[in-house]
Amino acid sequence: MPLWLFAFFAIIAVVSALGVILQRHPVHCLLALALALLDIGALFIGLGAEALGFLQIIIYVGAIMVLFLFVIWLLNLQREGLATERIGLKVIGTLAAAALGAELCALLVHAGPAPAAPLPVDYGSLRSLARLLFANYLVAFEVTSALLLAAMVGAIGLARRIPGTNAVAAPPSDVADRLRSAAG
Amino acid sequence: MAIELVIGAVKALVVLLLVLNVTGSMLWFERKGAALIQDRIGANRAAIFGVGRRMGLPNLGLINTLIADPIKLFTKEDFVPAGADRVLHSLAPFLALFPVLVTFAVVPIGDVLRIGSRTITLQAANLPAAALYVLAVLGVGVYGVALGGWASNNRWALLGGIRASAQMISYEMAMGLAILAVVVTYGTVDLQTICRMQGGVWFGWLPRWGIVLQPVSFILLLVAGIAESKRVPFDLPEGESELVAGYFTEYSGGKQAVFMMTDFAEVVLVSVLITLFFFGGWQVPWLYADGFHFPGPHGAFLALPNYAVAILQIIAFWVKTLFFCLLQILVRWTLPRLRYDQLMGLGWKGLLPLGLLNLVVTAFVVVAVGGR
Amino acid sequence: MTPLNYFVVLSAVLFVIGVAGVLLRRNVIVMFMSIELMLNAVNLAFVAFGRQLGNAEGQVIVFFAITVAAAEAAVGLGIIIAVFRNRMTLNADELKLLRW
Repeated sequence: MPLWLFAFFAIIAVVSALGVILQRHPVHCLLALALALLDIGALFIGLGAEALGFLQIIIYVGAIMVLFLFVIWLLNLQREGLATERIGLKVIGTLAAAALGAELCALLVHAGPAPAAPLPVDYGSLRSLARLLFANYLVAFEVTSALLLAAMVGAIGLARRIPGTNAVAAPPSDVADRLRSAAG
Repeated sequence: MAIELVIGAVKALVVLLLVLNVTGSMLWFERKGAALIQDRIGANRAAIFGVGRRMGLPNLGLINTLIADPIKLFTKEDFVPAGADRVLHSLAPFLALFPVLVTFAVVPIGDVLRIGSRTITLQAANLPAAALYVLAVLGVGVYGVALGGWASNNRWALLGGIRASAQMISYEMAMGLAILAVVVTYGTVDLQTICRMQGGVWFGWLPRWGIVLQPVSFILLLVAGIAESKRVPFDLPEGESELVAGYFTEYSGGKQAVFMMTDFAEVVLVSVLITLFFFGGWQVPWLYADGFHFPGPHGAFLALPNYAVAILQIIAFWVKTLFFCLLQILVRWTLPRLRYDQLMGLGWKGLLPLGLLNLVVTAFVVVAVGGR
Repeated sequence: MTPLNYFVVLSAVLFVIGVAGVLLRRNVIVMFMSIELMLNAVNLAFVAFGRQLGNAEGQVIVFFAITVAAAEAAVGLGIIIAVFRNRMTLNADELKLLRW
């Protein structure tokens, strides 16, 4: 990947990542995140992991982000405050994030570059990825399918309404009053 | 280096122009097709100062429609409703159109063209993982309609957007499974290679087209493709008796024209994919790189130069594509609309298990026959 | 050719932005999005390292991370819907029943 192309994608990635945490409307945050994930998929492709980059776009941008969008619509989320109102949390949060950034910088400054190994001919192709998945990592792959099934059952169980009410479990009485007034 | 760039740009431009023209013509084909089925004449009023009629010619309907309709749409008021998200409202039509158009970049429209010592692959972007690219780009296409519905600040539009995105995600599964079965059959995700492997004949006369190997996938891709382009019988996102016009209720003028164009471009895209995967793409029956080898006991042979072969291939590709476009118009104007639960039932309980079964059977057969 | 370090630095920057989002935003769904961003930053580092080492196992790990993220998103969003139905809020500052 040439440097100018990397710079282009890196700038988009950072700007859209900032968009996720700096915009007030959840739908706008979500769009920024979708752009960031699309961009990371492009970076994967630039790193030679072609099949994986497209899989990232199919799964993350095409499916998971749309799921987020549905939930935001379902809950009818609106424009909101940018950060927490509790000032202590704000200060501590900013400091903690800055500290983490400083720590990562310190680590990276001291880390020397690893020697670049030669790439195999079919590096990043669907065939090489599939060969690893179905030979060396077959058990993990099969366990993943069980995990997905469990997640599906879990998600349906969690989000399902109890028939006749708007709630998933018996809510506390004050909330039940608010629910009733919201419905009426 | 520079010449490579020029060739790439020319190829991209040619493909884009071809697609845009076929897409535009679809508007006229759709009107005339509808009129034919409904036993009326259809679209016969657009004429430039009645020129055609005065000269005793038919009204040049295709060209007039191509000129008059865009002029009409783009000179209309571009209305943005109060309370709408202005930026997203303007962005959404293009978010819908862009993914459809860039998909054509990896579509091979012919084999190779030799100019001097240079060999040019007739494919705008020669991508090794083209089938994955198609799926990825189709997945991104959901955002245009979803956001168009949401940004309009209109309940019908929002309902239409939700219906559209739910429908597109559901039928993408069936579409992906259909494409995967083809990929497993040919053992590659490169569309140009898939096309090349459909050359040659069985039994001395039957072209090796994918439909013979993957008939179930063909049905899956056709049904899922029509659902993906949100047309009758799957047009619930814009069902006019319930939702006015669905996700583009609040669109007018140029932006609505872009949504309409997306609609037709998706029809063309589905036809292109069907042609590529199941009807040999640019393969002409019995045409090889050096000319025609006709079947028969004597095996007549007609030698053709390379450029003639390339031109025949490009023509064959678009003839096949147009055939499936017309088939979709026929479907659209003859079938009634499904109910929403029927739509979801068909997607999740009909096409998805069928696609999975087809994929498993394909995998077993490929291994049994001695695949890679 | 872009050196490996640039990718790692980009990954670190994205990760820190994600951390800041989780710490500062109070909407549970935006916090969740920030977590997804952090996951992807790590994925980017994995792919970059895998390329430097010349083997595809970094990609396999990312593949599993994407799959697990899909499962996690489904369950996480299910929990968010359940919380919203019961508490009528998604503000993490107001969800304090478990706090002493």
